[in-house]
Amino acid sequence: MINAVGRDIPDEILEITGKEPFQGNFYLDDKPMTKVGPTIRPIMNNKKSKLVASIREALIKCEAHDGMTVSFHHHFRDGDLIVNMVMKEIHDMGFKDITICATSLGKAHDPLVPMIEDGTITRIESSGVRGRIGEAISQGKLQGLAIMRSHGGRVRALTTGEAHVDIAFIGAPTSDDYGNLRGIGGKADCGVLSYAIVDGNHADHCVAITDCLVPYPNFPAHISQTKVDYVCVVDEIGVPSKIASGAAKPTTDQRKLLMAQYCTDVVVNTPWFKDGFSYQTGVGGASIASTQYLAEIMRDRNIHMGFGVGGLTKAMCQLLDDGMARVMLDVQDFDLDAVHNLKNVNHHRIPAGVYANPLNKGAVVNKLDYVVLASLEVDVHFNCNVVVGSDGMITGAQGGHPDTAQGAKCAIVICPLLQGRIPAICTDVTTVTTPGESIDVVVTDYGVAVNPARQDILQALREADCVPLRTIEELRDTAYSIVGEPDKVEFEDRIVGIIEARDGTIIDVVRQIKEIKQPAVYKKKGRRRANG
Amino acid sequence: MEILKTAVAGTLESSDCLVTIEPARSGLQLDLESAVMQQYGRRIAEVAMETLDRLNVQNARVSIVDKGALDCTIKARVECAAMRAADHEGRVNWGGVIR
Repeated sequence: MINAVGRDIPDEILEITGKEPFQGNFYLDDKPMTKVGPTIRPIMNNKKSKLVASIREALIKCEAHDGMTVSFHHHFRDGDLIVNMVMKEIHDMGFKDITICATSLGKAHDPLVPMIEDGTITRIESSGVRGRIGEAISQGKLQGLAIMRSHGGRVRALTTGEAHVDIAFIGAPTSDDYGNLRGIGGKADCGVLSYAIVDGNHADHCVAITDCLVPYPNFPAHISQTKVDYVCVVDEIGVPSKIASGAAKPTTDQRKLLMAQYCTDVVVNTPWFKDGFSYQTGVGGASIASTQYLAEIMRDRNIHMGFGVGGLTKAMCQLLDDGMARVMLDVQDFDLDAVHNLKNVNHHRIPAGVYANPLNKGAVVNKLDYVVLASLEVDVHFNCNVVVGSDGMITGAQGGHPDTAQGAKCAIVICPLLQGRIPAICTDVTTVTTPGESIDVVVTDYGVAVNPARQDILQALREADCVPLRTIEELRDTAYSIVGEPDKVEFEDRIVGIIEARDGTIIDVVRQIKEIKQPAVYKKKGRRRANG
Repeated sequence: MEILKTAVAGTLESSDCLVTIEPARSGLQLDLESAVMQQYGRRIAEVAMETLDRLNVQNARVSIVDKGALDCTIKARVECAAMRAADHEGRVNWGGVIR
């Protein structure tokens, strides 16, 4: 069935998953829905200890079994040691047919690939996957389907019961012996535990893993003792230097600085840029430079940010420290500056559901004026792709992209026209991960395109005459005139993954890649050399 | 143009390509490896073959390792490698077959 972004979602996939094709951003708005809770074992006996000696003991006590679903959070980013530690134990105990329901998976988790190949792991649900797991899924090694859902979408899926977690493993920088968990005060601080809060609320069993046991009570707790069954102390839960891997050096790349300038010009010349405006941005070089340009203009015009939200960085926290922003709402810390900044009383932790769940009574993203995002590809329908590389290989994550893009009044995507020879502005993205109806402005190094659905923005930018305005088709044509029109990437028929829209409908599918032989050999007959 | 010896041109930097041309007894053979094989492999082979044709190279074994080079780069690298392999350096026919 063709969905609202023109992608064909095969009936068999709708049947297997019981899902509907994507119908547009507001399909489930105001529709009644029922929340589902976990089945838990109350702890009334005050003599019972929650401490377990090993992950294995925790697995046994939580009734680990074939076919179960285990969950993880990704606040330790590339420095995460929890996923591999737990999965190794599950593998050694011989369990099969496991579903991993993670908030995200990255390069740190390459060691899971052999477990995918031997059938230990048969399904993966995640915001996305980077590194070798992405390759393995694209090559068809995962027996079941990979489900990619946004940060808000994951909370929604756990709340509606669409996804059910048997055992959640929550890495916690500090814990007491009764499971009060905090993101700070330990050896490997990640600052917040926002993405794991929903696991505490909806998993049947919840195991805290820490490398820093502190005296009771570890307060104020970011995840409460009332959600935690067992506490396991291990040597190391994360590699601190790799947790802050998002820390970007200030860029000197002229192309990125140009796009940052355009982006700031768009922000300050649209109607929402006034005292009390709200803003979210990412960790790319252009995003950070753009935040710094914006700060200068805010100072000049005495405009203060009402709130900033998201995965936070030094650049955003600086605004708070300088009194240029009133409040920061934090779901993830990309660098250690952001972790340390949590000491600021106006820097607040919020759960992933508060941040972005589309099916609660209104998430923070709905209150966003601006979000600045990146994208691997943007097409002439303004659809974005942040998960599948232009070569067809799964290589990225949705994160909060679809959530914030839908929520914000003005969603800006920064995207260089070309990535090497690959045109980032194209006729059709490889895979749709954020629908074009959510995207308002596309900033490239060759000009700025405004979604024709947003005549208000177009008019404001025309009047300001601040950036070179192009149509999205003009940008694509410029790209193709430089690099040539790309041939379509060929795929096998088999569907290896689905991309869920925020509300759980299917926005696109990902197919198995076709192995290509390299080198390819081309031959042409010649005349025999006269003198040879 | 007759290929007399093995010659190379280009680099393995991003957006460049490394072209190697060797003498062969009969016909052209092109071995292509590319970072953008799926989207541009066909086009790269086309540009390389056209360029060899224009230079009237009929017997050669050519290998290209491409890192996302544009057509103009591929053409220039193939021309340069062929000139070197044919000992034509220093007497390039600018405005003739080299355009």
